[in-house]
Amino acid sequence: MNRVACSLLALALAAAPAFALAADPNPVGLKAGVFDPPQPAADFPAGVHATDHGDLALARWHGKVVLLLFGFTHCPAVCPTTLATLAQARKLLGPDASATQVVYVTVDPERDDLAHVRRYLAAFDPSFVGGTGEPAVLAQLRKRYGATAQKIPAAGGGADYGMSHSTTIWLIDRDGRLRALMPFGHSAEDFAHDVRQLIALK
Amino acid sequence: MNKGLAASLGLAVAATAVAGWAAFAPLSVASRDEPFEIPKGTYARRMAGDKVEILPNRIDLTLGLNDQLLLRNLDDVPQQFGPVLVMPGQSFRLPFEKASTYGFDCTAHASGQMTVVVAEAPATPWERIAWRWDRLWRKTRA
Repeated sequence: MNRVACSLLALALAAAPAFALAADPNPVGLKAGVFDPPQPAADFPAGVHATDHGDLALARWHGKVVLLLFGFTHCPAVCPTTLATLAQARKLLGPDASATQVVYVTVDPERDDLAHVRRYLAAFDPSFVGGTGEPAVLAQLRKRYGATAQKIPAAGGGADYGMSHSTTIWLIDRDGRLRALMPFGHSAEDFAHDVRQLIALK
Repeated sequence: MNKGLAASLGLAVAATAVAGWAAFAPLSVASRDEPFEIPKGTYARRMAGDKVEILPNRIDLTLGLNDQLLLRNLDDVPQQFGPVLVMPGQSFRLPFEKASTYGFDCTAHASGQMTVVVAEAPATPWERIAWRWDRLWRKTRA
């Protein structure tokens, strides 16, 4: 009995600090995972060609919130879901949508040429910009962001291979700082919320 | 009533009171962070052949209590955490809003894998006792 009582008293004492008031650990108030301190987003290497014109470069969208993701147009689930979510988020943003830019970089340059990526993205939102380039250049870009991609051979050795790739979305603020990372599966409302928070940042 | 009996009775009352508190008092925490640090020199140790384990294979979180994973990189080189590249001196705080099991590839982990299990907040008296006991156990082991 005495041993049980002592254990319970120890439990009470150890848990006492748990009654302190909760601090705010996420002052920016994002739904996404947040970097602290934020640092300048990595530049894109030369040679990542854009579906609108020229090369992809973050400087082109200075003053906008950039939502960066990696994928491939033959992706059966993750990419269509995420792109549709981002398109919906832009609708929810209303006038603030003009202060955002979705950038989709392929991990499958073998099949994703500029024209193909352009057509694919237009089905979701004509404002989305895509990028492709030489495999080594794209790998270099992924490394700078910690993104991954790996080819998955087709079952039976067919030509219709798949790609395993990062499913998260990088959130870059209007000053080009990498602020946050949104894991796959969040809603359009969550994206709209975070974009608004980032737009409001001084 | 002899002294021994009185002491036992007193302890029994105290134990009942603590058990009642542990079962029914609302749960709250000072911080919702579940912190992990990659110490300085981790990369060098790995390069020297050490199998350095920073993060456990499995991390258990509880919604509304400790549901934010906080990773601090105190090393001199960038460290990959799942899909997240954390720069030297930088931290990354990832909140979870749904109870589920999340799998991450993790190069900060010698095995390359990590699982985060997010549980619903304890709802029953017994779950609250178990949660408090688990916290106490972790503190005594830390």
